Amino acid sequence: MSSRTVSRRKRVVRKQEAPEFSFTREDVEGISQALGEPDKLKAQRMAAWEKFESLPMPSTSDEPWRRTDIRGLDLDRIKMQASTKKPVASELLQPLVAESHGALLVLRPGHTPEFQEEENLQEDGVVFTDWTTAVREHAEIIERTMDTIVPAEDGKFAALAAAMSQEGVLLYVPAGVQLQQPLHSIFWAPGTDAAFFHRVLIVLERGASAVFFHETASPTESEGQTVHAGIVEISVAEEASLKFVEVQNLGGHVWNFTHERAKVAREGRLDWIFGAVGSQLTKTFSDLDLTGQGAEGRFSGFYFTSERQHFDHDTQQNHLAPDTMSDLLFKGALVDQSRSVWQGMIYVAPEAQKTDGFQANRNLILSKKARADSIPGLEILADDVRCTHGATVGQLEDLPIYYLMTRGFPREEAERMMIDGFFAPIMERIPFDGVRERFRRMIEAKLGN
Amino acid sequence: MTDILEVKDLHTSIDGQEILKGVNLIVREGEIHALMGPNGTGKSTLANVLMGHPSYEVTQGQILFKGEDLTAMATDERARMGLFLAFQYPVAIPGVSVANFLRQAINAHRKARDPEYKGIPIPEFRKLLKEKMDLLEMAHEFAGRYLNDGFSGGEKKRAEILQLATLEPSIAILDETDSGLDIDALRIVANGVNTLSGPDLGVLIITHYQRILNYIKPDQVHIMLDGQIVESGGADLAQHLEEQGYDWVREKHNGKVQG
Repeated sequence: MSSRTVSRRKRVVRKQEAPEFSFTREDVEGISQALGEPDKLKAQRMAAWEKFESLPMPSTSDEPWRRTDIRGLDLDRIKMQASTKKPVASELLQPLVAESHGALLVLRPGHTPEFQEEENLQEDGVVFTDWTTAVREHAEIIERTMDTIVPAEDGKFAALAAAMSQEGVLLYVPAGVQLQQPLHSIFWAPGTDAAFFHRVLIVLERGASAVFFHETASPTESEGQTVHAGIVEISVAEEASLKFVEVQNLGGHVWNFTHERAKVAREGRLDWIFGAVGSQLTKTFSDLDLTGQGAEGRFSGFYFTSERQHFDHDTQQNHLAPDTMSDLLFKGALVDQSRSVWQGMIYVAPEAQKTDGFQANRNLILSKKARADSIPGLEILADDVRCTHGATVGQLEDLPIYYLMTRGFPREEAERMMIDGFFAPIMERIPFDGVRERFRRMIEAKLGN
Repeated sequence: MTDILEVKDLHTSIDGQEILKGVNLIVREGEIHALMGPNGTGKSTLANVLMGHPSYEVTQGQILFKGEDLTAMATDERARMGLFLAFQYPVAIPGVSVANFLRQAINAHRKARDPEYKGIPIPEFRKLLKEKMDLLEMAHEFAGRYLNDGFSGGEKKRAEILQLATLEPSIAILDETDSGLDIDALRIVANGVNTLSGPDLGVLIITHYQRILNYIKPDQVHIMLDGQIVESGGADLAQHLEEQGYDWVREKHNGKVQG
């Protein structure tokens, strides 16, 4: 016990000499070449690399990183490599938003993607494909949109993911096309002492609609650390509608950093659902930009932390046009010595009159050593708006548990019922049975620890 | 005569203060008992001690139920043995619908009897729930609401009786179920209890008003004063209390009651 403490202290001392990833410009050029990127995409990638090099590693003296310390990440050990061949957990391959999926795409860093298509998507001009194919066959879509939603300037890890991503998903739905079947993709990245990167680009043209489920996952490795950095860019055009479910189920050795943003144009609608249970540490930036009149966005977040996990989620609801509506509800439970941070901001631009903005974050602490920080914020520059926010951190109370026990529920079941009840408002916002069921199993797994 | 609740010389403390000072009581299946008395005499304490509330310590005496000593048994085990408490202040369970709650409660009871039990089939449960709700004149949409969450006082009490009807205990304790009810709600609740009572159910009604006893006729009435049952009698005892108040009980027992 005491020797462990000593070694840990040593590590901390070493970490104070500003650490850096060992990647080089040649690595980035190699990725571009492997993908066969046209000049414009290559130039964007190299610019991202330069941005990455110019930015310092985030530290707790930077406001967004104040509560998330990444000095425990041993960057010397992190190398570029392919993922191992561990097969994808079969549970992940199940259709979750309907009886079957329109298409299933499995990405594994360094390996050929697997693609199953149940519906002929191309008939309607829909593109749902891996990044290599996307660069080869649909470069114009990428050139038009990539980096316009999440620019490399957004942060060190945004720049890193933009420079290093070789894997990714492109979903493009042409104007007026209503995709009937849900699309499903998995980024499966087993391996340790590795760095994995991927990006998701979703473009819905005017009046299009789609349902998309994307999962980032890996099994827990017993040793070492792995970094994952990702970018999610979403463009919902005028009158288009997207339901996007994102699940983060990475191994307990993974340090996960993502920058995500959706732009929703006039009368567009986005229903964006997050579920996060995995990783050692996660720092996510999720922004919703309502750029056109009457745009609507709903954010629903489900998270459950355990052991020494640390989740930190920054959300921004940016009302940039009149008559826009945003509604955020994030609910999380914490066990063991885990920690969560949610920091949310509703911004209302001066011209965004008649805006409705809501945000609420609720946390349920299930052990004495767990801790949740919940920091709502409003910045309102218009005068005719309706904005509310709320944040709570609570525990299971004795009285309801006693009440449930008087009905014959053993204590554990009574507690489980209270926890399920706590998450119910989030479950009700998820319009898919399979996803709700999946989240329920995640709760079960967490409570089984 | 085995299905019986027998309280023998029960003494109970909370935070070192003695509340029950030797309670003796027998309730059999098929009987309706009323336990009356002024506020603060230990009636609700008795209800919670019978149910095994963790804050109360039994310092002396026994609670026997179906021949077993409950004193050291956890609350949920008592419930699954067939003891039920309708709360004076039912507790909100946000996020859990009445239907979902009742279905899981039925399953908890049945699984305790048969570990292999797979859970009540949904159609069977729906039919059962509809039947019980009709019995209590409850609108069916009630089943979809979160249990006791934002319920009116009357709705909460009706939800308690609905649970009683669904879980079918052997002994039900109704703790001030009549308090806070208007006359219509009281009538519905009382009708519910009357319908449910029968040879398989014993009822202990705790109240400090005689009012509910206009609707539910007790076989026995007990008066509690300062942690003890000091008078027991028939339904006429309640009538007597209604006319005379509690003063005569206090005068009669002043000095006889400990403490």
